[in-house]
Amino acid sequence: MEYLYYPGCSLEGAARQYDESLRAVFQALGVGLRPLEDWNCCGATIYMSVDETTSLAVSARNLALAGRDGQRDLIAPCSACYTVLLKTNRYLSESPELRQKVDALLAKAGLSYRLNVTVRHPLDVLVNDVGIERIAAAASRRLDGLRVAPYYGCQIVRPERGFDHSEFPETMDRLFRALGAEPVYYPVKTRCCGGMLMTTFRDVALDLVRELLSCAVENGAECIVTTCPMCQVNLELYQDQVNQAFKTSYRVPVLFFTQLLGLALGCEEKSLGLQRNLIPFQLGVATA
Amino acid sequence: MIRQSHRLPGALPPRERELRETFLKQVELVPGGDRLSRCLQCGTCTGSCPVSYAMDLSPRMMIALFRAGMIEEILHSRSIWICASCYMCTTRCPQQIKITDLLYALKRVAMEKKLYPDRFPVYLLSNSFVRLLYRYGRNHELLLLLRFQLRRDPLQLLRMLPLGWAMYRRGRLALWPKRIHGVSAIRQMIDAAKTLELPREAAPLEFVPGAIGYRAVGQLPEKAV
Repeated sequence: MEYLYYPGCSLEGAARQYDESLRAVFQALGVGLRPLEDWNCCGATIYMSVDETTSLAVSARNLALAGRDGQRDLIAPCSACYTVLLKTNRYLSESPELRQKVDALLAKAGLSYRLNVTVRHPLDVLVNDVGIERIAAAASRRLDGLRVAPYYGCQIVRPERGFDHSEFPETMDRLFRALGAEPVYYPVKTRCCGGMLMTTFRDVALDLVRELLSCAVENGAECIVTTCPMCQVNLELYQDQVNQAFKTSYRVPVLFFTQLLGLALGCEEKSLGLQRNLIPFQLGVATA
Repeated sequence: MIRQSHRLPGALPPRERELRETFLKQVELVPGGDRLSRCLQCGTCTGSCPVSYAMDLSPRMMIALFRAGMIEEILHSRSIWICASCYMCTTRCPQQIKITDLLYALKRVAMEKKLYPDRFPVYLLSNSFVRLLYRYGRNHELLLLLRFQLRRDPLQLLRMLPLGWAMYRRGRLALWPKRIHGVSAIRQMIDAAKTLELPREAAPLEFVPGAIGYRAVGQLPEKAV
């Protein structure tokens, strides 16, 4: 089993531990992960608001590179990359006019894209391809009793219903339950973290983050587990600012789901980049 | 908040017509964008939106204003920039209207026509991002924030120092950007996109003088959905 891997810009910076833990988990499970050569930025949520055709072409370059490689499945761990790449596929297949334009632009880069790549999220691959039973069998350490708030963020399950329900997904809940953890009741699991609003309209974003933190804490979660670099930064790095703005005292560790999964699989803490988290997390030590 | 215009009933002022035309061209490029005309004004979008409380015009109101021939009000609102594109409205809309994608279309019109205040954060951020992508082929978080804050409010950089330091100490702040090999290809694509014109199959949008309100919706080209 081997997959093509599109890390995305965040995983080289603020979400480095996501990249590290993802590789460690795939290695521990014996699943191959081959980075896509010379990938470029997907355009994120920003380029779409400047120019549609250019943003699609920029993102399609990655798909064209992947398509040339011959591997069908491309793994995109960042929610923004995942949504943008999926959306590019959908737009190109639904609109002949856009397809024509993007083809003309890709030709300038000496590429062509035949819509032959499937964009996958690592959570989807791990649970639906590798399988929960196989993961549970490979686990060397139980997460017994650990109360986690499974936070999916908005973009991996929307706009279309992808590999799970678009408002109340269960994939991550099932995964961690099988490893002994107790996913808490977390009705805001796909609510927006504010994304780039943290930079542009901070007061709005802080309010959204406060809601996500308070729901986790009130339901007894010891940590929040997420799938998205943007969510992780907003929830972790800005926790102090939320505390300041709303006179609260949250201190909840925010992990990437691959970090917690890696712990269960017996990976070394360093290989999971746990030392990079701002709010430390240790298995077996209640922090909330 | 909403400008009371003294226009004759049924007539669209030239400015409104121009903005409307630009917007409808963008809508044409959104697959399924023409479902806009199916809006029932049920308000599910507004009720589902996690940030509608911070908007001056709710998503439902925006559609109503568009129908009433008041797109200029929408383009000048704070609302289109507050959308963080979480797609909740799109998922829940009973008429499958691509609300988030239509908001992107509105943002593009506002960007194109420069309908935002001076030193507007969303514009500065997008502009910095687009330039980085052109230069390196990838985004670089530190340069993006530096470039953005220097133009927005340099003093803020001091306030952000502790956060930056915390990230740097843990190896989460890459200091130097990476330039990809194919960056010249990307630049060629971006440059070419500016002048790209393909023969249009669809006839240019027809504007019936005097058609505003619900009749104006009929101007959206009907496509098989």
